[in-house]
Order: sequence, then structure tokens, then C-alpha cells
Amino acid sequence: MRQFAEEDAACQPVARQDAACGGSASEGAACAGARFSRTGKIKTRCMNKSNAVLGATLGVLAVITVLTFVLMDYGDTPLLEATANALGDFATMLTQPGLGGHFTLADLVDGLFISLALATLTTVLGAVIAFVLGLCAAMNLSNRAASNAIKAVMSLFRAVPTILWVLIFTVAIGLGPEAAVVGLLFHGIAYLTKAYSESFEEVDPGVVEALRASGASWWQVVFSAVVPEKLSEILSWTFIRFEINFVNAVAVGAVAGAGGIGYQLFLAGSFYYDIHEVGLIVYFCFVVAVALELLSTQLRKRFIVQN
Amino acid sequence: MTVKFAKAAASGEGRSVAFAGNEAKAAAEVHTARWFFRKRTLCIVGLVAGFLAINALSGSYVDFDFMEAAADIPGGLAWMAVSFLPSAASLEKLPQIMPALLSTVLDSIAASTTAALLAYVVAVLGSRSVGLGGVAQVLARGIASLFRNIPVVAWAFILLFSFHQSEFTGFLALLLGSFGYLTRCFLESIDEISSGTIEALRATGASYLQIVAQGVIPLSITSVVSWMLYMVETNIRDATLVGILTGTGIGFVFNLFYKSFRYDVAGLVILLIVVVVICCESVSNYVRRRIL
Repeated sequence: MRQFAEEDAACQPVARQDAACGGSASEGAACAGARFSRTGKIKTRCMNKSNAVLGATLGVLAVITVLTFVLMDYGDTPLLEATANALGDFATMLTQPGLGGHFTLADLVDGLFISLALATLTTVLGAVIAFVLGLCAAMNLSNRAASNAIKAVMSLFRAVPTILWVLIFTVAIGLGPEAAVVGLLFHGIAYLTKAYSESFEEVDPGVVEALRASGASWWQVVFSAVVPEKLSEILSWTFIRFEINFVNAVAVGAVAGAGGIGYQLFLAGSFYYDIHEVGLIVYFCFVVAVALELLSTQLRKRFIVQN
Repeated sequence: MTVKFAKAAASGEGRSVAFAGNEAKAAAEVHTARWFFRKRTLCIVGLVAGFLAINALSGSYVDFDFMEAAADIPGGLAWMAVSFLPSAASLEKLPQIMPALLSTVLDSIAASTTAALLAYVVAVLGSRSVGLGGVAQVLARGIASLFRNIPVVAWAFILLFSFHQSEFTGFLALLLGSFGYLTRCFLESIDEISSGTIEALRATGASYLQIVAQGVIPLSITSVVSWMLYMVETNIRDATLVGILTGTGIGFVFNLFYKSFRYDVAGLVILLIVVVVICCESVSNYVRRRIL
């Protein structure tokens, strides 16, 4: 509120108005509420703190970008030729997908289901753990110390990229689905805990207080007030995470050798150099991703918008 | 429990019962209450059964052993904490790590900004309110979906075939992924602009470029910057994956030490990434608080 007041004050046309309108009565009336530039034109924008921050951010980003382009190591390939090659490869990949003899169609379908199963497992386990952590991290359901501690740990977990979690657990508990699931879980839990706890904190405090006054226990408050009110948001966030988890499961399969269609993509791309096979696998992933996207948009439309 | 019951009773037939005091209707209320609790029990049982079934199904498909995983985690975590802890010796590798980290951060920012620029043009042309119309709309959404949903792994391979191992390859891989994502976000933010503003501008005789410059850009710039900052954060995290695949930046350095069993240095790399990501997050949170 205080900030708004400050900005309003900064926008007030008082001083400029007097100078520009020269004190004539009719002009003065027309000037009320408008701001004038030095040349007497009406100013349509004013400089306030938020515009300054916006401009500064854009400026800094632009400068860094130009600097990066200047400093970038472009490699020793002629860029135009390489671009043409890449576009050609891209076109080949999209227009001529096919099997190259390294995998059968059944292998790929199996790989796709493995990736989907990894994503499902991670999402379901992660959602349950994150639900409990989210409750403990919500300010209105927990105490300040516990909430802050959980939030801090979770933002640390979130800062470590998913792929590094999986690589760490690959050496810590051995290569296999366990490492992949546990690695994917860490980032997923951190993400969902943040989403859930922020959603829980928006619960109407009156409802929680009324329940507490009637002698409801903590679990009763949770299951009678928080969960019914926020169920649609919980579902929606969980589904968004499922989408992300599928993408991550593919990536993890490729880099950490956790299996699934990502591993097949890795083999096709970096061992067999078979662009047609890469194309077919990309189509597989693409179809699943688009299907999930459509589903989640429908879910969100049905649940979130109506609230 | 009681509160829920009261709510259910009040919303159902129970309300008329309370006023009428009719015995038959009171029996109906008891029935409603019993049905309510039965439904709730069924619901909980169903949820738990569904949860177990999904876990068992997907677990058996990938040979995931819950017991083994649960047993391994504490030991794994302890081992991890000890071996990934950076030591004094790992600090000697800093001269090798820092340039890679810096170039990764710069590339992530450049990729986000460039992608935002391209995505904004596509989004304006393909938007419902100020776009070029039917074909452009479908085309823009198709492009967004295509670029967004092709796995970054596939991008990395295609680019690696032609551009070979250089910083530019990593930059391009980040750029293409962010382009798809940002196009989708920008399409949504531009469509959220009220059509009244655009109609008013049109009514004053403004040209297309004037409508974009005076109406669309000022109204969508805050959400655009917010998405750009989010993209920078995401790109710094994704740069690790891209770096491992294309042999560039911090991902390459991490992979180098990871594969040569220098876990202490790999731990130092992770620590530095965490610091950078958290700094980036706090800066963008500050900016977001200011501009929104």
C-alpha cells in the first residue's frame, strides 16, 4: 500500500502542470490530471519505480546478450553451412522417421512404457511425500520455524538440476531404476512441496479458525478444510509435475543410462548416428507429450478456472 | 468429522428435516449420514488401493524394488555426503570450473533473451487478438508445440551432428527449447490483454505497428519479463544436461570430474550451480515483486 502511495506521488503532475499551462484558466482546466513533457505534449507514461526496474532488467539482459554473442566461441565450423546441414537433418528427422534395424517397434513401445512408468512412480510417490511436507511447510498449518526450515531445504533441493540428482544416486546406490526414481524424486518433491504449501497458505483463515475453535484436531482441520478446498489445485499441480517428470525421465534415460526411450534415443543419436531412428523416437515422445499437454489443459480448465 | 456431517446434512435433504421435525424425514437424515460416511470410507479405500495398484504396476514394469530403494537411500545419502563434499584439493580446480560456469550463465541468459525476442514476434503474429488470422494462429501454436515437445536430447544430437562440439551448440540447444516454451507462454499472455484496448486503438485509426507498439507491448511487457527471468533460471539448470550431451559449459566440466571419479570436485561444481541458481532466483523474485 505504502509503495502505491509513493508511486502515485511520483506521478502527480503538479509542478509540470503549472509550468506548461502557464496559468490560463481554460487551459488549466484542460490540464487537470494530465502530465506534460517539456515541449508541452501530454505525457502518456510516467517514470516510477516499477518502470525503472523493468527498464533496467531489460537493459541488463540486452547488454549481457550482446556481450555473450561477442565473446561466444563459435567453433571451427562455417556457420552457414552448419545451419544448412542442421536444417536438412531436422527436415529428414521430421519427414522420414523409420526403423534403422537397431530397435524393433516393440522395443520402442516398451521403452516408452518404461519412461511412462518411471514418471508415474516418481509422480505418485513424490506427491504423497510432498503433500505431507507441504502441510508442514504451510505457514497457517505449521509453526514458523518448521515452515522456514522445510522451505529452505526444499529450495536447496530445487536448485540442484534433476540430472545431477540422478547421476549422484547412480553412483550412490548403483545403476538401475532405483537410482533414477530416487534421483527424479528429489527434484519432484521439492517442486511439489513449494506448489502445495503455497496453495495451502491461501486457504481461508476463517475456516481454519472456526474448525480449531470447535475443537478439531490438526488432521481434522487438514481433511475437512484444507484438502476439500484445494483438491483441484493439488491435482492440477500433480499433473503438471507428471508432464515434467516424463520429460525428465527421457532425459535421465539418455544421460544416466536409466533405461526407457531416452536411452534408446541416446543410442540412436550418439552410437548409431541414425537420424531416421532419432526421428521416430522423437515422434513417440512428441505424441505422448502433446497428449499429456492436452489432458492437463483440459484438467486445468475444468478445475482451476471455475474456482 | 462432525463438521463435515453438518455440512452434508445442511446441503442435502437434512435442511427441511430440521424445520419439519417429521420422523420419516429424520430417518432419511440418518440414512444420508450413514451414506455419507460409507462413501467417505469407500473413497479413502479406493484412493489407497489405486495408489498401491499404480505403484505396483509401474514398479513391476521397470523392476523397481521399493524395499531395496528404501533400504539403500540412507546409506546412499551418507556416502554421498562424504564423497561429494568438496575438499581443499578440489578448490585447486576452480580456475577450470569458473570460466565454464560463467560461460554457462551468459549462454543461458543470451539464449533466454534471444528466444524471447523470436517467441514474441511469433506470438504477436499468431495471437487471437492482434494476430494475422486463422492460418497464423494454427501455425504459431503448432510451432510452439513442436519446439516445446521435442526432447532436448534430440535437439542436442541434431545440432551436434552439424555444429560439432562448441559453446554455440549448447547455446542453440537451449535457444530452441526455450523458444517453444516461451512462444506458448507469450501466446497466453497476449491473449489475456483485453480486446477493448486494441479495439480502441483500432478505432482511432492506429496502424498495425502502432497497435503493437502502444497497446500490446506495454500491456504484456511485465509478464514477458517475468517469463524471461523464469527461463533464465530454467536454462541454467538445463544447461547441465545440455552440457553433458554436447560437451560444453559447466555440464561438460561436471561430467569430466564425475567420470574420472573426482566426486569431491563434482560436488564443488554442484555447490557452485546451487549458489548461482539461488542468486538468480532471488534476483528475479526481487524484480518480479517490483514490476508486478
